[in-house]
Amino acid sequence: MNTLNITNGDIILEFIYLVSALFFVVGLKLLSSPDSARRGNLWAAAGMLMAMIATMILHRNADGEGIKLTNLGIILAAIAVGGVFGAVVARRIKMTAMPQLVSFFNATGGAASALVALIEYSNPENQSTLVTLLGLVIGSIAFSGSMIAYAKLNGNIKDIFSKWMTYINLLILAVVVGLLLYVLFGGAPVDVKQILVYILLAVSLIYGVSFVMPIGGADMPVVISLLNSLTGIAAAMGGFIYKNEAMILGGIFVGAAGTILTLLMCKAMNRSLINVIVGAFGGGGAGIDREKGIVKEISVTDLAVLLNYSSKVVIVPGYGLAVAQAQHVCSELDELLEANGVEVKYAIHPVAGRMPGHMNVLLAEADVPYEKLVEMDQINPEMPKTDVAVVIGANDVVNPAALDDPSSPIYGMPIIKVQEAKNVIVMKRGMGKGYAAIENYLFYADNTRMFFGSAKESLQKLVNEIKAL
Amino acid sequence: MESVLHFFYTNKDAIFIIALTIFLGLEVISNVPSVLHTPLMSGANAISGVIIIGGIILVGHADLTNLSDGSNLLNLILGIFALIFATLNVIGGFVVTDRMLEMFKKKKK
Repeated sequence: MNTLNITNGDIILEFIYLVSALFFVVGLKLLSSPDSARRGNLWAAAGMLMAMIATMILHRNADGEGIKLTNLGIILAAIAVGGVFGAVVARRIKMTAMPQLVSFFNATGGAASALVALIEYSNPENQSTLVTLLGLVIGSIAFSGSMIAYAKLNGNIKDIFSKWMTYINLLILAVVVGLLLYVLFGGAPVDVKQILVYILLAVSLIYGVSFVMPIGGADMPVVISLLNSLTGIAAAMGGFIYKNEAMILGGIFVGAAGTILTLLMCKAMNRSLINVIVGAFGGGGAGIDREKGIVKEISVTDLAVLLNYSSKVVIVPGYGLAVAQAQHVCSELDELLEANGVEVKYAIHPVAGRMPGHMNVLLAEADVPYEKLVEMDQINPEMPKTDVAVVIGANDVVNPAALDDPSSPIYGMPIIKVQEAKNVIVMKRGMGKGYAAIENYLFYADNTRMFFGSAKESLQKLVNEIKAL
Repeated sequence: MESVLHFFYTNKDAIFIIALTIFLGLEVISNVPSVLHTPLMSGANAISGVIIIGGIILVGHADLTNLSDGSNLLNLILGIFALIFATLNVIGGFVVTDRMLEMFKKKKK
């Protein structure tokens, strides 16, 4: 920018960028507490809107020219297309499909950063090749990685894992770094470098795929959070290209916040980030050769009586409840039992559902009061005083192997200790293993009874039976 | 190496900002209840769509008078796509976050 010729518009624009960056910070701060979270989201959105409008009206290029009216028309048209599509999808999507939607939106952000960097690379006025290339690489990895995470959560892609993948990934990463360094410092002519940049883009996209591919579906939330911080960093690189403080601040801030959020999520599952990325879940856990008991089923009538005459029932919902869309029937069961004087609570594991907090959102959608949702650490001490623990479509989060079997892949993960309740009812479709594909000895325990069937049908039968009592 | 040092010097203000922003980011997010992890991730995700500003600048200053030059046209089209993608990220992100948080609101009727 021509520093000799600063207009009031330039000053106002920079000031607005500062204010919007502050809005982002305040927004995320408010988002981290339940009471103010919704306001926080609005603050951040307001900050973004301000920065967008101010840029359209006040931004000038190096020659001091503002944005022309025809260009403005194209901008508004593009924003209208993206905005309408985004808002409609975000409004219409089923709450159970929300994790993959977040991943999809993250992918579009990464793609935008990569495209901006790609275009700016060939712009002769752009002096900062380093950040441009970094923006291209990071944005592309975030894009293709998020698309794979999306497809995995959506059930389109199964986990592929072999020990080889770790080495192949390192190799691809080395190629990315090598290409990047060569384009930066190597002595090739401009048009050759342009082709190398396209290759760099392609290899980065491949790396995003191969990076996420071997990571187990259960770890996708952690991966999405990690890719989210990458998208932030890619946006910040774009900020360097344009010397734009709002972009730099917003991007880096999201990058840092996303990283710490990723680590917090790992902590909730008692796993390290390296462990998530390198060591995939699945199989194993055969270390202790236990006597398998007999699986005992319970009839719907017995179950109805058992629940109706208990004084305290704890429901442990899992993803099975969510996919069966059974949260509304579950809430009906809860109301019915409460009306008969039974105390009903929900035990929410930090990673119940497919993402932390996912289960709370689903139950809140079914009008279950917020106070009834109890976090794992608060509910565990109450377990011995609980008459019946009802596990609906959950598996790994109640697997006692996490407590006492060091050879189990989930050993050390905190669980909801349903086995300490007087009776345990497990509602499941069949004897299949859970998401982490580990045997669950809870199902064979003396105080456990199984109630097979899809969560929604089972609960509906149960509700009808209790009404008939 | 020289270009890295040069980069550091010309962007020293920004690098100071970055260092402080990282600490700010870490500080703001610590001690979040796990219930809010998903909405927080989604909200942060929407903010990372700030690349939309880059898209606006890019398309805003595109030279529309010289589109017969193939690379100009290609860049304009790519720029428009960048803008559409970034808007998806921003608007979709904020709307879906709001929808998640709406659920928490209903706790008392």
